Amino acid sequence: MKKKLATILTIIVCLALIATLAGCAAQPAPTPPPASEPAPAQTQPAPPPEEPEETGEITLATTTSTADSGLLDFILPNFTEVTGWDIRVISVGTGAALQLGRDGEADVVLVHARSEEDRFVAEGYAPRRHDVMYNDFVIVGPSDGPIAHNSDVAATFTAILEQNLPFISRGDNSGTHIRELDIWSALDLTPEDNAEYIEVGQGMGATLGMAVETQSYTLADRATWLAYPDVGDLVIVCEGSDLLLNPYGVMLVSTTLHPVGAQAFIDWMTSPATQELIGSFGVEQFGQPLFFPEA
Amino acid sequence: MMFEILDAEVLGIITLTLRMTLFSTAISSLIGIPLGLWLDSARFAGKKLVVIINRTLMASPPVVVGLVVYLLLMRNGPFGFMGLLFTFEAMVIAQVLLLTPIICGIVHTASARSAEGIRLFARTMGANKTQTQLLLIKELGNDIFFAVVTGFGRAMSEVGAIMIVGGNIRHQTRTMTTTISLLRGMGEIHQAIFLGAVLMLIAFSVQMTADFFRKRERASDENF
Repeated sequence: MKKKLATILTIIVCLALIATLAGCAAQPAPTPPPASEPAPAQTQPAPPPEEPEETGEITLATTTSTADSGLLDFILPNFTEVTGWDIRVISVGTGAALQLGRDGEADVVLVHARSEEDRFVAEGYAPRRHDVMYNDFVIVGPSDGPIAHNSDVAATFTAILEQNLPFISRGDNSGTHIRELDIWSALDLTPEDNAEYIEVGQGMGATLGMAVETQSYTLADRATWLAYPDVGDLVIVCEGSDLLLNPYGVMLVSTTLHPVGAQAFIDWMTSPATQELIGSFGVEQFGQPLFFPEA
Repeated sequence: MMFEILDAEVLGIITLTLRMTLFSTAISSLIGIPLGLWLDSARFAGKKLVVIINRTLMASPPVVVGLVVYLLLMRNGPFGFMGLLFTFEAMVIAQVLLLTPIICGIVHTASARSAEGIRLFARTMGANKTQTQLLLIKELGNDIFFAVVTGFGRAMSEVGAIMIVGGNIRHQTRTMTTTISLLRGMGEIHQAIFLGAVLMLIAFSVQMTADFFRKRERASDENF
């Protein structure tokens, strides 16, 4: 009876696998074609149709950290007040935010992964990148773990690898994930050599939650770390290194249908008043700013 | 790029998904089918309420079930000592909680429709309790099969709960749906669509297989 059941189950699995493989033969077709426009940007300054639109709504694609930390809720009302433009925020990982820009779904992008941003500009999707603000990353881990508080990223990452300490990687192509990979490769280390290194492919908040639950180390941006409600017995084990600086850049997407509003956003973001607003965010609640003005 | 069209990692993800789906469906069926049959035959006060609660659970949002399982399994939770959070087992537990009411509900509905006659028939023929149950299962075969296949499809397409309790850990608890969700988050839309197509294809072949078995069932019904 058991055997029979096992046989039936095996048959189902096999059928499914065969079907999959068969499907793959036909698959390459569906994959590439939707591969949207390679170079969409020849109508560079989208000729303003008749009436140069005074106001309207623009779309901002940004990372989860700016939204989750509460920064955008804090500053954006001022944007609408000052410029008259409404703004819609889509907060995803840096990789996805830039993709939204490439697909023409966003008018401006605010992200934090310098190498990816430079590539975005080089590919012609944005005329240039503007500094906006920065904060920093912190390496967090269990308070009773073997790593004492320090500012040496190399030593910390090496210790995690060599002692096989549990480390949770975002693994989602976000700015934080890209930075983590940059650090490993700058140190010439292969994180996968550590059996306790796992990739979870989730947002910063969810990743911190998993680190709390499993008493693991992880790289987090300071804003999300400070804003996370219950970090259990996790503490910052490493901070204050140049390797952990986290600059944010804002870019106007070349294909935008609202060049006026998008430019207004860039100008507003980098204006002294807004910069001051950014620097004041979080001081009251956390006793320290979450982002430092840099424009 | 995370992976090629169909490399070892994708195959691993597909295998894990099927393994999880089979385990959850099997366990849920073992609980849900007898429960559904029992729910029809049993007479007790508040039965109507139990049926309504079961129907409610059939529609329970996966994220909520995921959160509940998370709270139960977390380190400081009642079952934290078992260390099950972010494991394959945790995903199966959440799935069983989601599927069992569905399977139970479908079996109960089918049973309520036609079991009375079958039971009467069995009693007239002098069948004992076990024989009656077996006859019931045989007679309701198609409906039970439908319940199981529905559960299977639901388990395979579920994402909200297993993302929470499994953690989408690469090589460990990453299933097809959580991968699709991740790829979307990474902006890798085309790979996400590809994996979605594979998922649909598997679902299709499962339904084909189910259909094959059902036809055979009908044929044997005629002989009966």
